[in-house]
Amino acid sequence: MEVTDAAIRILAGLLEARTGQQLAISRRWRIETALKSLMRERGFDSLDQLLGDIVSGREPALSDAVVDALLNNETYFYRDRQPFELLMIGAFTALQKARAREKRLSIWCAGCSTGQEAYSIAMTIADEKERWDGWTVDIVATDVSRGAIAQARNGLYSQFEVQRGLPVVQMIRHFAAEGEGQWRLNEAIRGKVRFKTQSLMDAPPAPGRFDVILCRNVLLYFHAAARSAVFDRLSQAIAHDGYLMLGAGETVIGQSDAFVSSTEFRGIYSPTSRRTTVPASSAA
Amino acid sequence: MKNCLVVDDSKVIRKVARHILETLNFNVNEAEDGREALTRCEEQMPDVVLLDWNMPVMSGMEFLRTLRQQTIERQPKVVFCTTENDTAHIRAAIEAGADEYVMKPFDRETLESKLQIVGVA
Ligand SMILES: C[S@@+](CC[C@H](N)C(=O)[O-])C[C@H]1O[C@@H](n2cnc3c(N)ncnc32)[C@H](O)[C@@H]1O
Repeated sequence: MEVTDAAIRILAGLLEARTGQQLAISRRWRIETALKSLMRERGFDSLDQLLGDIVSGREPALSDAVVDALLNNETYFYRDRQPFELLMIGAFTALQKARAREKRLSIWCAGCSTGQEAYSIAMTIADEKERWDGWTVDIVATDVSRGAIAQARNGLYSQFEVQRGLPVVQMIRHFAAEGEGQWRLNEAIRGKVRFKTQSLMDAPPAPGRFDVILCRNVLLYFHAAARSAVFDRLSQAIAHDGYLMLGAGETVIGQSDAFVSSTEFRGIYSPTSRRTTVPASSAA
Repeated sequence: MKNCLVVDDSKVIRKVARHILETLNFNVNEAEDGREALTRCEEQMPDVVLLDWNMPVMSGMEFLRTLRQQTIERQPKVVFCTTENDTAHIRAAIEAGADEYVMKPFDRETLESKLQIVGVA
């Protein structure tokens, strides 16, 4: 299959409009492999034919499928174990103190892919019964990829997916084998996460104010302006004393003024507004 | 550099495991069955054992039980690595003292993450 520069321009435009992500020409081979199986499935003989149908807008679901195919959905349970533990132990403890009266926390996994990140949080909370006794923890997880959200809701994982990052004790506690090499997450945990197909370019999901936002390994390929717009949107959706977690290699430094490094927890960020809003309400 | 003992009667599996482990900076030793594995452990106690279930001479379970009965300063971590992929086998392995469990077939990412979970990678 030949991927011409013209084809790449069309695909890049589509992807950027939908997701804010840039399509690197250097990833041309990825585009080929990503689209090959889609073309086979849908019976297209050439890329031009596929692009023709997209441009004519005859079948909106086709553009969705192409965008899905171009996205990198890599994820796994308890990704980046140490910073993740810092979040679950450090940041969540601080928030539990701050919310001791209402005993309610809301978490948003932005760019949740096939659900492993959100479910890791849900499993940890379920495994720490005493600590979370009487608490209501809302977990909302969004991704622009329809396919990823469908799998996340289903909670069905291949043997490779279920093993990666997940301790075996938790696997047998929360999953049941289903058919050949498939493992399904128990309803009890699945029911704890609310999934939604939604782009970070759109307004945040309800309730619109979160104590913790995870946006990990999502903004890497965004172009600078889109990335900074996302940070602004996230800062409007986070509690003044909330925490933002990015991927292990990511930072807000030099990308946005909306967040600053948390003084307490390494690799975790606080909204900049914390400084300006806190004195106003608690000066006395 | 940490030491890993790969116990499997299949030469191919040992070779694949060795390759992955070496890229993860492990010093690798091999054994074909449980009995040979015990001998290797006497010579040098590894930090972690990657252990098959079904092997001639001495099975993975027998090896594990014998190992866990030994009074040694620091017990190695044991990661089962087997085609016995049902919860009954997995539970039995954990009860016998296994630290982690890898269902075959596995890939580099799976193995690496399991070694991180037991704290050797
Ligand atoms: C590499 S995965 C990371 C998943 C998970 N957060 C993690 O760290 O393991 C990136 C995810 O971001 C999603 N994504 C990309 N652009 C997005 C956008 N504009 N809005 C929402 N999700 C987006 C992709 O579909 C993909 O599932």
